[in-house]
Amino acid sequence: MDKVQVLPMTQAKAKPVRRNQRPWSERIIEGLIKAGGMSGIIFVVGILIFILRESAGFLFGKFDFMEFFASGNWVPASVEKIEYGTLALLAGTMSVTIVSMVIAVPVGLACAFYISEFCPPRLRETYKILIEFLAAIPSVVWGFIAIVIINPLLIDVFQIPSGLNIMNAAIILALMSLPLIVSIGEDALRAVPESYREAAEAMGATKWEIATRVLLPAAKNGLMAAALLGVGRALGETMAVLMATGHSIRFPTSVFDPVRTLTATIAAELGEAPKGGDHYQSLFAIGLYLFILSFVINILADRLVRGKRLK
Amino acid sequence: MMRFAILAVLLVVASCSRSGNHVVIQNKGSDTLVNLAQAWAEEYKVINANVGIAVSGGGSGTGIAALINGTVDIANSSRAIHEKEKVDAEKNNNGKVTEHIVGLDALAVFVHPANPITELTLEEIGCIYGKSGKCETWGDVRPGTVVPGCQDNKIIRVSRQSNSGTYEYFREAVLGGEQDFKQGSMDLNGSREGVDMVGKTPCAIGYTGMGYVSKEVKSLCVAKDKSTTCALPNMENALSKAYPISRELFMYTVGTPKPEVQAFLDWIKTDAAKTITKNSGFVPVQ
Repeated sequence: MDKVQVLPMTQAKAKPVRRNQRPWSERIIEGLIKAGGMSGIIFVVGILIFILRESAGFLFGKFDFMEFFASGNWVPASVEKIEYGTLALLAGTMSVTIVSMVIAVPVGLACAFYISEFCPPRLRETYKILIEFLAAIPSVVWGFIAIVIINPLLIDVFQIPSGLNIMNAAIILALMSLPLIVSIGEDALRAVPESYREAAEAMGATKWEIATRVLLPAAKNGLMAAALLGVGRALGETMAVLMATGHSIRFPTSVFDPVRTLTATIAAELGEAPKGGDHYQSLFAIGLYLFILSFVINILADRLVRGKRLK
Repeated sequence: MMRFAILAVLLVVASCSRSGNHVVIQNKGSDTLVNLAQAWAEEYKVINANVGIAVSGGGSGTGIAALINGTVDIANSSRAIHEKEKVDAEKNNNGKVTEHIVGLDALAVFVHPANPITELTLEEIGCIYGKSGKCETWGDVRPGTVVPGCQDNKIIRVSRQSNSGTYEYFREAVLGGEQDFKQGSMDLNGSREGVDMVGKTPCAIGYTGMGYVSKEVKSLCVAKDKSTTCALPNMENALSKAYPISRELFMYTVGTPKPEVQAFLDWIKTDAAKTITKNSGFVPVQ
């Protein structure tokens, strides 16, 4: 038996020497895979260059550092004084993202724990499919749900004048990022070696004790990554947020205030801003701002997850 | 690759020349008019396949500048041409400028049906929407007004995104062109959305092109000032100019227009074109 196995191995080793005689289909496939791998980098750099080019006129012209980052007045069509301040828009983005994560992270992680540890195995696949189905719903449909269902519901329940506000957008975003948090969280829990569970059970631990004292610490990094990916999803979402937030520039004082986010501003104004004008370029500057924000969040997430792992 | 490109170019050229004497009318200007002009152009293509109309926006000023430079056949404008522009256009192109009124743009101001207010003056609307306006609650607008179903009696201002033509015209008509809107309004993306929003929100006030108003909201009777009687936004009041927030929409040509251009301008005055005008939210003129 051993000898039979050795023979194909030496053949396989001999093959790469005659490199140019490999079947052409293999080389094409290898090239395609390489191109696929490279394309990710090319696209990201390409997009960055494109955004930089489109916003360059503004960044080296009307751009005022203090105004852009520290002013809450976004009035690109002013007849008094044109201002491009993004602070109120950032407050909108952040408030919606934070509230949605306050809802989505506990629910999503609880869901991941349930599917991975407590759910009867027969139901597990059904649950997973159902939850992942949430990810297949287009964001315009979510926006529609926000306006038609959640809007009147919030008005009735909380006795507020309008149901298009931070809370509405946060609920929608929470539902949208749930599938991501659940499936990544579930993967992290599944990745904990079975021997951990067996050892804990042998020590007489209950299921609850296993989940909170063994699995939670063991899968902490993966669960954190799940939450941060949820944040990224919420930060970048545009269409549903545009429809659900009420689209009003202001610093919110309650979760029932309407706000406007950075992404929604681009979506709402880009279509009608004359190409190449200050307003058009300033919207690309917001795009660049968002690009940098999500880049920083990704790096932080990476550091956090990796840093914890080293310890 | 190169051969393919040449082939493609040849195909395009061939397909153009096959349709005989194909004429393209250049049409540029007002962003308010751009959707309507586009709708006209599409319908006109069905009627007269030999004439294509290239519509682009950029603003009334852009359109008139192009007319002066002689690069467009028709300039769209939501304001009357200035005297200086007219002189320049006539001097550069050796011909007279002709003005065609193609429709009226009347903006309805509307509230929730539960709101007891039925009429407002331009000054009161300015107090609600203007940056220096002090009206924050419905009681500030008309002392003693309480809107049923509206928490705190606070006004929710529904507006439009800042580069919509409706936004600009409303600002000009109500705030006089030198004042900004108060920040913190809900800036919705379409005319329809604003109407839906106000229809569901007792506290709200909104504005939109007359054609978009539905039964879910109540249009207000608008008066120029306290001494004049108010007028409701409808076709007659827009035509007689009794309604204060309405303006004419123009198309300008210079010199004697090409026969195809003249045919298109004549067609705009037909009932078929007027239906499109109405559907786009504007008032057709007789």
